[in-house]
Amino acid sequence: MVDLGTDEIVKYPFLDEAGKYLSDKGFSLEQFGSDPDLKKIVENAFERIITASEGRIFKSDLASNNSALPMEIFSFLIAVILLKLSGMNTLIRRFSLAEARRAEKFLEKDLINQKDVKKSKQSLQILQELFSVTVQKDDEHFTIPIADYLKHAINFHEREWKLINRRVVSGKVHLTSHETVRLVRKELDRHIFNKISLSSSPEMIQGFEPYVQKLRTLAKKFEVKTVESTEFPPCIKHAIEVLEKGENLSHSGRFLLATFLLNKGQTVEQIAPLFKNAPDYNPKVTLYQLKQLSGTTQYKCPSCEKVKTQNLCFPVSACDTIINPLQFGRKRV
Amino acid sequence: MNEKDVILLEDTFKKFYFDHFELLHVPENSIQREFGFQKFNGGMNRHISLKSDKELHLLLMQNKPSDVYCSNACYSFPNLPMSEKNWLNADLIFDIDAKDVTKKNQPENTLIKCSDCNEISNLTNSCPNCKSTKLAIITLTSSESIQSTKDEVKKLNQILIDELGVNPESIKIFFSGNEGFHIYVPKSEYQNIGSKERAEIVDYIMFRGAIPETFGIKKFDLNKSIFPKFDDGGWNGRIAKQLYRIKSDRSKVSQEIISGGYTLFQKRLEEFRHKIGIQIDPNVTIDIHRIFRLPGSINSKSGLVKIFVENINKFDPYTDACFIDDEKVDVHANCPISFTLKNTKFGPYNNETVSVPKFSAIYMICKGIASST
Repeated sequence: MVDLGTDEIVKYPFLDEAGKYLSDKGFSLEQFGSDPDLKKIVENAFERIITASEGRIFKSDLASNNSALPMEIFSFLIAVILLKLSGMNTLIRRFSLAEARRAEKFLEKDLINQKDVKKSKQSLQILQELFSVTVQKDDEHFTIPIADYLKHAINFHEREWKLINRRVVSGKVHLTSHETVRLVRKELDRHIFNKISLSSSPEMIQGFEPYVQKLRTLAKKFEVKTVESTEFPPCIKHAIEVLEKGENLSHSGRFLLATFLLNKGQTVEQIAPLFKNAPDYNPKVTLYQLKQLSGTTQYKCPSCEKVKTQNLCFPVSACDTIINPLQFGRKRV
Repeated sequence: MNEKDVILLEDTFKKFYFDHFELLHVPENSIQREFGFQKFNGGMNRHISLKSDKELHLLLMQNKPSDVYCSNACYSFPNLPMSEKNWLNADLIFDIDAKDVTKKNQPENTLIKCSDCNEISNLTNSCPNCKSTKLAIITLTSSESIQSTKDEVKKLNQILIDELGVNPESIKIFFSGNEGFHIYVPKSEYQNIGSKERAEIVDYIMFRGAIPETFGIKKFDLNKSIFPKFDDGGWNGRIAKQLYRIKSDRSKVSQEIISGGYTLFQKRLEEFRHKIGIQIDPNVTIDIHRIFRLPGSINSKSGLVKIFVENINKFDPYTDACFIDDEKVDVHANCPISFTLKNTKFGPYNNETVSVPKFSAIYMICKGIASST
């Protein structure tokens, strides 16, 4: 495990050592609810959550950590307690993402730290241990094995992250320090989210109630209601048209159509007649395959990215904001 | 397929297997692979587990299969249903098929078979007999299309080695037994990656999804664009060669690109995709639960064998993968164009009974253009 000093825990308070740090300091949670001197930390923790919920990054005041009570380590840990007490997943999500982005900034700085080789090495170690990404420093840029890169890059929808848009040499992808760190943002976010989710929920602490109540009210603001239109996305319309014309629809096209309709709640019997015009139509085989798809495994409708790869995507403007055909026509209200 | 044809094919295939057990081996980690086979006029039997070559040979003798398959994936429990197999890893495999490389069917080696009236005729858009447009395409031997498919395989290999860092020794090329090649990359660092990651590798190889920025275009400050150099590695170099044609034209062409603008360049990239993207079958590489024709087995679409290719330059599938003997057989053939097997030209046959070597008879029956008399 990476060996961290106080200033490192301030930057990456979600690493294992942070929890140990608190117990080492000999504080109990009750003290934070009652001790007026510690109240500032609770205020700070609350602010940290509010900032995160607004999509901003909590601004570090590194000087505040030089005191006997490193403010930012405590405020992170208390924020986690407040979030657990509120039980509001939306807030935990927003908090994790903001904290991930905060840590990302430090990680990037450390990666290119020429003066302090230890810091630079430590950041490479964090990437390796937390995300199993083997990053090598190569003059000005960083290289990552393609397989490692892909495990993370597939979570991005922006085209610049596609392998084709990267410099690829001898099995390695070349990245800047910014890109290297950006690559693991989602996992960093997930790491923090999981850590919070999996930590045990404490009993309500006296003095925390007003904060927790405020957080619950705040979370309601972020609830999303959606309506869905019944119009099919263009890829599905295309698949149906091809079949209606009696032309051959590829295996992946049939898979897309069937899984889409099954996911929309249609039955095997409702879907099967769609295939009757196919040049190789065989009612027995069609029923068998549809039953397989709707069986215990419950195949998912392929993502837009996959549909694109299979040349079955015919996007319209309403497709810009979706990543799966099933989301087509879904609107927030 | 009629009963007589089935018996002829079953007996011929069985004889081939009996005589050539040395070509048929279970792959490494056989115990973790899923095997499958099909019988003539029968459905697919999957989720089979085989431990040794002996068990494989027994399966071939007992079942007289038309086609035999083996997964590229390894599972904890290969013989359980898909959802319970527990996927462990899979060899990276590419499929390059002549029909994807040549893009357009050539009348010299293509026939159509009407799905409504079964009429076989030269390549047209509708059945000359009943005007139906439900047509199955039948392609016969073509040394030109095999040559361009081989060229595509070589281009793929270069990318695998130079860009994807694959050890040249570990790339194994197989003739698919019909009209293409399967390129296996076993035990590479890509062994553990999933379907989505493989889709990215596919897009890379096919040159799909490239954006102008990758080639130095600055969308909002075109004059500051820095274009790739002729000698750059990877797609940068390949695109530079397409763009400048000759090295010294870089600055001239760069100016043209700048005055043409972002959208025009984007369109050109799209054209290059069709022109220089490697024409692999994306689905084959992306599917990590697929079963592939077993090397050494006969492809029932042609009667040719899926065979290891030692030297792609010298390889001739129409002789090297044709293992059936030349004993004369009478068949009723309907083949309006000619084809060449084992350096012998056959056809055209106009709905007539002909006496041909067995390898040619089997080829035509497999292609659906002849049947036993």
